[in-house]
Amino acid sequence: MNALRSLFESNKKAAITSGVVIVVLLLLWAVGWLSFLCRGIFGVLIPYAALALFLGGIVYRVVQWAKSPEPFRIPTTCGQQKSLPWIKTNRLDCPETGWGVFGRMALEVLFFRSLFRNTKAELKSGPRLVYGSEKYLWLGALAFHWAFLIIVVRHLRFFTEPIPSFVQLLQSLDGFFQIGVPILYMTDLIILAALTYLFLRRVLDPKMRYISLPTDYFPLVLIIGIVLSGMLMRYTPVKADLVGVKELAVGLMSFHPRIPEGIGILFYLHLLMVCVLIAYFPFSKLMHMAGIFLSPTRNMANNNRKIRHVNPWNYPVKVHTYEEWEEEFKDKLKASGYTLEKE
Amino acid sequence: MYDAGKIIPGLVIFLCLFTFPFWYNVANGKASQRPELVIDAAEKQCVESKEFMRIMHMDLLNQWRDEVVRNDNRVYLSTDGSKHTMSLSNTCMKCHANRTQFCDQCHDYMGVTPYCWDCHIQPRESK
Ligand code: HEM
Repeated sequence: MNALRSLFESNKKAAITSGVVIVVLLLLWAVGWLSFLCRGIFGVLIPYAALALFLGGIVYRVVQWAKSPEPFRIPTTCGQQKSLPWIKTNRLDCPETGWGVFGRMALEVLFFRSLFRNTKAELKSGPRLVYGSEKYLWLGALAFHWAFLIIVVRHLRFFTEPIPSFVQLLQSLDGFFQIGVPILYMTDLIILAALTYLFLRRVLDPKMRYISLPTDYFPLVLIIGIVLSGMLMRYTPVKADLVGVKELAVGLMSFHPRIPEGIGILFYLHLLMVCVLIAYFPFSKLMHMAGIFLSPTRNMANNNRKIRHVNPWNYPVKVHTYEEWEEEFKDKLKASGYTLEKE
Repeated sequence: MYDAGKIIPGLVIFLCLFTFPFWYNVANGKASQRPELVIDAAEKQCVESKEFMRIMHMDLLNQWRDEVVRNDNRVYLSTDGSKHTMSLSNTCMKCHANRTQFCDQCHDYMGVTPYCWDCHIQPRESK
């Protein structure tokens, strides 16, 4: 009876899930058609609007951040501070100079150094709490971000005429193994694997699932959609007419928008998802792209003991000294037999 | 605003990087350029339709190569029923004789560098 019941429940769940998947697919298909039919809006208006939101939004957010006073020096230190001459200092993990901070920030931005220190805590039988190193997140995140960057830079071939040589070089390196026609890009495989890991990480681990919010899934799923539609366009017969794509893209970039015919529906879907992503960017957790540079625990030198820092939100405090107080209540104090300091 | 001396240059760098295609195209002034294809058609019709060839020619050539090299099959049966010899130099280049004015037009425009000519002898062009 119980087994039947749970089968019924799991069947119901499966039915709902597949229903949702089908609805989403149908919606995507409809959106693709719609954007194809209204090419003027989806090929010109929405990309311009999204780009303006992206650039303007990021500048706005950063200026807002910059308006709030930075706190007293609060760098997190992970090494020996500069001390007596015979004690070895750790210049990167406890930077004391601007250059130390630069090195620390560069490693953080380019190689996610603090994520490399990620640890996990596990409850083993006993019960015993065990801490261990956890490098997969670092690896997945680094693979994803680098692949994404390389893909975006490679896309410059659609936006520039003539194509800059660094783009050519990058794409020939990316297709180094010359597998298939069109040549398979390594970054496509890497980003797909990394995204799959990053998604499964949130879904499979109950603890991660519990703390994951729609704002975590949305960009992830959106980027998966962008990558899949892009790969379908390149490697399968639902290809886009690339010359048409470039005409459209270069047209946008030179403020003479043109809408060539016959580019294909999938391209408009790809473009729409990219527009949604960049328009959403400034108002979401994706702002960590700018935020990483403004992290007070990373971007400050740890020189608290060497240099006097005045808290920026300190204002001249109106003080009322004892002498002034005594002066104010002189008569009352005297009347109560109090001996004044002055006397 | 605090630390304006660092944040404003940072924002300027960000804007310059992310608007690269805008000012790059303005500086080069070639934005209106597009491929111009010249063809000395000896035949009226390509082996497949124009729409198919435009996006699928690379897959077709790849398939031809595999058929010829691995299966020793040199006859291609087109969708319209006609038969063609599977050969880049002898079939395709009969009409598309001017590589620079046909193939390279789009390939250069899109930054595509097919490696066919790494091994094949490049045909001499009729001027
Ligand atoms: C966040 C931005 C974007 C991401 C992450 C992205 C991702 C991808 C990926 C992974 C591919 C597969 C092939 C490859 O790696 O080159 C692809 C292909 C493609 N993308 Fe994007 N894309 C983005 C923006 C755009 C934009 C703005 C356009 C509009 C011009 C575009 C047009 C195309 C086209 C036409 C292809 C097919 C390329 C080919 O056949 O070689 N993408 N995209």
